[in-house]
Amino acid sequence: MSEGVLHAGAGHAAHHADYLEEPKGLWSWLTTVDHKRIGLMYMWSVLFFFLVGGLFALLIRLELLTPKQTIMDAETYNRVFTLHGAIMTFLVIIPAIPGALGNFALPLLLGAKDVAFPRLNLASLYIYWTGAAMAVATLALGGVDTGWTFYTPYSTTTGGGVSLMVLAAFVLGFSSIFTGVNFIATVHKLRAPGMGWFEMPLFCWGMYATAIIQILATPVLGITLLLIVMERVLGVGIFDPQLGGDPVLFQHFFWFYSHPAVYIMILPAMAVISEVIPTFSKKTIFGYKAIAFSSVAIALLGFLVWAHHMFVAGMSLFAGAIFSFLTFFIAVPSAIKVFNWIATMWRGSISLEAPMLHAISFLLIFTIGGLTGLFLAALSTDVHLHDTYFVVAHFHFVMAGANLIALLAGMHYWWPKMFGRMYNRRLAAIAAGIIFVGFNLTFLPQFVLGSRGMPRRYFNYLPQFQDLHVISTVGSWVLAAGLFLTAAYLLASFRQPKGMPANPWGGRTLEWETTSPPTTHNFEGQPVLQHGPYDYRPEPAPVGVKEMAH
Amino acid sequence: MSTVTPSAHPHAEHGHPPFLQHHFREMAQQFDAAKIGMWLFLVTEVLLFGGLFVGYGIMHARHPEAFMAAHHHLDRTLGALNTVVLLISSFTMVMSVWAAQTDRRKLLILFLALTILCAGVFMVVKYFEYSHKFHEGLLPGKYYSHKGDTVPGQFMFFSFYFMMTGLHGIHVLAGMVAIAWLLVRALKGHFSSEYYSPVEVTGLYWHLVDLIWIYLFPLMYLIS
Repeated sequence: MSEGVLHAGAGHAAHHADYLEEPKGLWSWLTTVDHKRIGLMYMWSVLFFFLVGGLFALLIRLELLTPKQTIMDAETYNRVFTLHGAIMTFLVIIPAIPGALGNFALPLLLGAKDVAFPRLNLASLYIYWTGAAMAVATLALGGVDTGWTFYTPYSTTTGGGVSLMVLAAFVLGFSSIFTGVNFIATVHKLRAPGMGWFEMPLFCWGMYATAIIQILATPVLGITLLLIVMERVLGVGIFDPQLGGDPVLFQHFFWFYSHPAVYIMILPAMAVISEVIPTFSKKTIFGYKAIAFSSVAIALLGFLVWAHHMFVAGMSLFAGAIFSFLTFFIAVPSAIKVFNWIATMWRGSISLEAPMLHAISFLLIFTIGGLTGLFLAALSTDVHLHDTYFVVAHFHFVMAGANLIALLAGMHYWWPKMFGRMYNRRLAAIAAGIIFVGFNLTFLPQFVLGSRGMPRRYFNYLPQFQDLHVISTVGSWVLAAGLFLTAAYLLASFRQPKGMPANPWGGRTLEWETTSPPTTHNFEGQPVLQHGPYDYRPEPAPVGVKEMAH
Repeated sequence: MSTVTPSAHPHAEHGHPPFLQHHFREMAQQFDAAKIGMWLFLVTEVLLFGGLFVGYGIMHARHPEAFMAAHHHLDRTLGALNTVVLLISSFTMVMSVWAAQTDRRKLLILFLALTILCAGVFMVVKYFEYSHKFHEGLLPGKYYSHKGDTVPGQFMFFSFYFMMTGLHGIHVLAGMVAIAWLLVRALKGHFSSEYYSPVEVTGLYWHLVDLIWIYLFPLMYLIS
């Protein structure tokens, strides 16, 4: 696999230490501008908050084991599900893949030394930590009980740390914007010589599309959250009907960001899957341009569907029909991707390593999550399903399941590149299976619960729902077991010696052409692209051929 | 945006341009990246203010009489003065970029200083306008305490007036800090026709701040 993609620097044998080793010391990490180190610090931070948010999730499921109070009272329950939602959304899912894997892999995949603005990148990490500290500090103010959506008028009248929590989300938005600015400028200006737009790995297209949304949507959320603070502090009146304002306006503002934000969550996941599937199918990606353009189509169409969260909040039937149609329409580019991934696997030489197993579970979970979205996009069924567990199950399939399983796929895929070490692949395959079973056991019953009328966010429920709630709670334990097993073997990999070859999976993208782990400047000299990112033709492409294999 | 400014290059002894960062191949690439970054940042600024503009538009449409009555409390002369001051500052900013591009260091320093001066005049005028409003009880939301209103609900106008001009004022202050930092670097002789991207991208930011005021002025002072 080492046929000379690296043209420069192959001559000098000057050995540089890898980026993990040099320079040494905590201070060198805290002041680093190396995108790989920043990516790793993002990854550990995100995983820490994933643990916190996950423990809250386990508490929620434990409380719902019985129809009446089980382990906590109703007010505590409201605070726990709010913290679960806010932490998982703003501190885990949104930054997870762009912050951790994007920062680590994007410049490597482009053959660049770093992102365009390395110091802005470090600033985004510190802003993330600041926002995270603010979110955690709300606990000292008695927590927040609004749900992560901060709907008015409740959020402008309830006590507790709402102002601090929305300011935390505002601050976290800047972190997201900085990452987006960085990725767009990096993709535009730092591609390796010879790499045109259509020779970029699809991961880069996915990150690019994500960055567009981060830049266009996040500021609107920012000003909306500031307006909540203003409403609470000054009583400005914009969302307060008693003062002549309009609470539904808040919902419009909020979803104008937060619906595109779900594509901030899913596009990076799709980006990871587009890398993993060709590598483990040993086959050129099917429909490169279709996948690339469908990412951008999702990014743009995603701005036109926000009001489908508000079908029952009071809007004209005509507006509802338009938003319903547009929502159906956005399923098209998503489906294009799924079909192309499956076509890529068709007659490929598939190896069922852990990243590929996670990618396959992504395909199944994303398909269920996406198709159940269509039920909610249809006006008449949405009236029945709105604010039930059907919605909870749907968005956990797309946001939690698809995104986090793609994060796991990406972590397992790039782990040897990040650390130069391999985890126990057999345990990894078993854990992937446990996570898939646990996830479905937790959330599939919730579709049934919702369609039978179980409302979301309720503390108590009717006894006839208990059987399904018990299955769901047991599922959450299985899921947790799979995730703890994953944490255990990943941490155990640090006891292995560093010794991974540059290209353990036989990938064709540029990150596999440098050492594992890479040196601080990624490559010895400037890599020049000599074959397409998914060029798995049996004979090495003749030097100088730059076209994609079709 | 300090991040678009390269620090001195560690390998300067190899003959690289002194402000070329290690991960760029050449100055043009670095300059383009800085410009892309600033334009993207400006897009986020437009959308940030966009939320307030939309909110203003909707509330104005719902309470036209209150907004009309409330806007008479603003002083059009001071608003117009500030508009002129900001327009002049945009001109001096353009001249700063030109001076940097053409290696006119003394003119660069002069025009940067004039730009800061104009921004300062804007803030001083704004200070007098604000203190007048505070004195009259023309305050946002629940702090509104103006006596003798014939049209109810005027507090809503002042909610938006203070949120929008306040956010804009913060941007003017940030711009003053950025231009002051350019001035320090200009005095140190950092800028030349080879390297002037900080001046150019700060200029882009400054024009946006100016442009937002151009929309705020008629929206607040000239309703009819």
